[in-house]
Amino acid sequence: MSSFRRSSAVARTALPPRVAGRLTRTTWVDLVVAAGVLVLFYITLRVGQGTTVRFSTGQSVVIDTDPSRLPYDAARSLLRMFVALAASIVFTLGYATAAARSRRLERILIPALDILQSVPVLGFLTVAVTGFIALFPGSLLGLECASIFAIFTSQAWNMTFGFYHSLTSLPRELDELSRSFRFTRWMRFWKVELPAGAIGLVWNGMMSFGGGWFFLVASEAISVNNRNYALPGVGSYAGAAIAAGDLGKVGWAIVTMAVMVIGVNFLFWRPLTAWVEKFKNEQSEAGEIQRSYVLDLLRRSSWPRLLGRLLRPVGRGLGRAGRVLGVDDRPLTVDPRQQRTGDIAFAVVAGGLILWGLLDLVGYLRARTGLGVFGEPLLLGLATLARVVVVVVGATAVWVPIGVRIGFSPKLTRIAQPLVQILASFPANFLFPLAVWFFLKTGLSINIGGVLLMALGAQWYILFNTIAGAMSIPTDLREAMDDLGVRGWQRWKRLILPGIFPSYVTGGITASGGAWNASIVSEIVPFGATTLTATGLGAYISHATADGDFPHLIAGVAVMSLYVVGLNRLFWRRLHRIAETRCAI
Amino acid sequence: MVLSALRNLRGVRTAAPVVRAADGDVLLAADGLTKSYAGADRELPVLTGIDLTVRAGEVVALLGKSGSGKSTLLRCLAGLIPPSSGTVSYRGTPLTGANPGTAMVFQTFALLPWLTVQQNVELGLEARGVPADKRAEAALQAIDLIGLDGFESAYPKELSGGMRQRVGFARALVVEPDVLMMDEPFSALDVLTAENLRGELMELWESGQFPTRAVVLVTHNIEEAVLMADRIVVLGSRPGTIRETFEVALERPRDRDSAAFEDLIDRVYRTMTGRTKETRTPGRAEAAEPERRTHANTPLPTASVDGLSGLAEIVDHRGGRCDLADLADDLGLEIDDVLPLVDALDLLGLASMSEDDLVLTGRGTAFADADVQRSKQIFAEAALEVPLVRLITTSLRQNPGRTLRAGFFRDLLAHHYTSEQVDQQLETATDWGRYAELYAYDADPQEYRLDAAAAGIED
Repeated sequence: MSSFRRSSAVARTALPPRVAGRLTRTTWVDLVVAAGVLVLFYITLRVGQGTTVRFSTGQSVVIDTDPSRLPYDAARSLLRMFVALAASIVFTLGYATAAARSRRLERILIPALDILQSVPVLGFLTVAVTGFIALFPGSLLGLECASIFAIFTSQAWNMTFGFYHSLTSLPRELDELSRSFRFTRWMRFWKVELPAGAIGLVWNGMMSFGGGWFFLVASEAISVNNRNYALPGVGSYAGAAIAAGDLGKVGWAIVTMAVMVIGVNFLFWRPLTAWVEKFKNEQSEAGEIQRSYVLDLLRRSSWPRLLGRLLRPVGRGLGRAGRVLGVDDRPLTVDPRQQRTGDIAFAVVAGGLILWGLLDLVGYLRARTGLGVFGEPLLLGLATLARVVVVVVGATAVWVPIGVRIGFSPKLTRIAQPLVQILASFPANFLFPLAVWFFLKTGLSINIGGVLLMALGAQWYILFNTIAGAMSIPTDLREAMDDLGVRGWQRWKRLILPGIFPSYVTGGITASGGAWNASIVSEIVPFGATTLTATGLGAYISHATADGDFPHLIAGVAVMSLYVVGLNRLFWRRLHRIAETRCAI
Repeated sequence: MVLSALRNLRGVRTAAPVVRAADGDVLLAADGLTKSYAGADRELPVLTGIDLTVRAGEVVALLGKSGSGKSTLLRCLAGLIPPSSGTVSYRGTPLTGANPGTAMVFQTFALLPWLTVQQNVELGLEARGVPADKRAEAALQAIDLIGLDGFESAYPKELSGGMRQRVGFARALVVEPDVLMMDEPFSALDVLTAENLRGELMELWESGQFPTRAVVLVTHNIEEAVLMADRIVVLGSRPGTIRETFEVALERPRDRDSAAFEDLIDRVYRTMTGRTKETRTPGRAEAAEPERRTHANTPLPTASVDGLSGLAEIVDHRGGRCDLADLADDLGLEIDDVLPLVDALDLLGLASMSEDDLVLTGRGTAFADADVQRSKQIFAEAALEVPLVRLITTSLRQNPGRTLRAGFFRDLLAHHYTSEQVDQQLETATDWGRYAELYAYDADPQEYRLDAAAAGIED
């Protein structure tokens, strides 16, 4: 008789009283959770209905600025954000997997992703609005899709890079495990690769989602092609309030926005980051654990187990269906000649398509404006570049000392870190009206004020990462410096700056990218009847968008991408290399 | 109890029924197998001319120093990496992909941390499409068999190292592979746990109803190989070849204290240290003709100056001569830890092997006895006889700027070593050269610099 039988018999007799006890104790938790899910469904359905309302391109949408409309508008905005997140996840899984699996696709997909990441998100918007309205004629769904697409473009690239990286850096033994035990391809993805990348995916998703609020606000109310479009949402509500010059209603919108950002963080991302800890690929218990009250509540209810039991057949079904994808195996022998032929064919086709597109584009620009169209944006780009540099340098000067102070004090960190995270998520363009009101009062030129507007959003990345960097400096190093009497500037030079440098570079890259993106809405700001316009590439792109002037728009977006790529390659990437080789602790 | 569980396990037919191989049937065969990796201008061999058969009913140990390609050979046999030439076949059929008749046990366990013990054990069956209830039954019996009873619903991170490797064994055994492939399965475990697990595994094997028909074990532990294997295949380094094969005819369970056991260990040890009569002559003889040693044929062992002077001092304390096997045993060191140090002492002319003994040379004794400054001088003299160190020093002397980019030496070495080996060669050369105060290395511009003042910076 095997000992297994005995032990399971023991377990069975012990089971009933425990289950009974659980039921009475946790019923209220279950009820709360169930009611919450029901409400969520109801809201989604109600709000979702509004997206298919009929409208024709001729009519301009009037936004009702009655504050009682705000909850509905907020729900519409939220729905947009989550649909965009879902689209980003689907895109990430597909694109990253394709790039990681196929040697040939990888060569195109990864550089393409690098470029896409540098294209200003709002540059996509015009194209998206035009395209999607044509796709869904006579329905608000086209606009809705365009807005979602804008948010999607702000989230997807980052998440895709992260997941691609986790796929390509899968520990060797897990790859060998999968092939040695002849896993199906589906099993490799579902049991090995997805869980191994889950933590990165969730954290990246959370960061990208935070950045997405900015583009939600920017994309809900937009003028494209000499026409004003607006979707019901917090962003367009604020836009309408600004147009009316009503600061009180702008205030309401800001409060709503804050509630949404904090609420989503508390109800969705915190529980998710805590839950995803279980996919940590380490063989010992973690020292620092993510906690979430919401997740604790959910775990105390019996829903997760019930849901798990319901979903198990689904998982099995997926596993069985996934068998058609075949076994995870790599042929040991490849015919080099056949491979070479395939490579050449692939390169010819891909290169041909790109060349054809380029020639077509050049022809189009020639016919419309001539190739000299690139000259102006190149010059204007210098003005915007100067603003971006001022933003990064200024934010560094202000926030690095403060961030280090916070990071060295565990007490301050506990308070400041979530706060800064929310500040970084809060869409800065929401605060623009207040700033513009201030500019009008003081007579500050938008050419200089634009820097402040860009900094409103970008600065937090530097602060956030500096705090993280300071926290990562080991205490024993700080004690050793104390012991040796290393203080003042020497301490900064020898310990603090090298210690925070890797984190700082990450923050700097994000801040500089964010500032470029923000320039499109920061260099041209409407408030009531006045519109302030600065000299710069951002204003140039905004103008071209509003006028539906495609040649200038293409030139503007291309040049801005060029600036971003150039800055990254020539400056940030070098700093990154130094950080990796010299300053890694 | 174990035996009845075994019968149960065998009773659950999981895969398509395969004819059970009779003892002596050839299961795996490698024929003229070579494996090389791309170097700068040619392929650099890691394994050459490997002919090996694994038959039903035997335990084969692949024994070698690190870098001998034993793990690479195992992965070729498992069909995880393709050989550069030659073939691997399973039951007479050449492999085209992962070997269908093997299952692997990993050094690092390779358990999926997000799955429970039972789910981990079920993976291989799930891959074969075994229905859920059947695979749960088989998994629970394998768990029972391997002594994991009660841990079914635990997650790997809750288990000790030994328990984790039991999961690794259960996961491999439950699919009843013809050949169990073990890649240093005990080397991540502490001594007692490893001993216990080895014992239990061999007990199962001896019971004659082990779910697999053969075992291939990769190890660098000589005693482990002699304890477990029916046949020990010793691999030599650079490139990996089969240096010698030992048949182990000892009765199981094997008695460590028996004369036959100890004799075999000594013979294997001698082969491993590469100083048997038919292989190369002792290092000192070569050092006498330095022009015949080049950086291409004399790689630097991965040995730190601290490590090799530590070893020299210990030998010095024992009268300048001691039995290497005993020394390693006394210090509780594995052969992988000691051999690079022995090679380094040999290469530097500080010690040499004579029979089974490591003997300090006159220079070695002086090196061990001297104070820091004096020992640095002796080391510098010795290091200048080492081809790569000499190459770097003379190149720097001939260069008017007294500096050279690391890339220069990297390119020179790339003709003979893979990029990983190049890194390792330069790392050791940098360590030795710095200690000897022959040259300094700046990590930032990646530059070697001939500079007397280098010592001051490196402190």
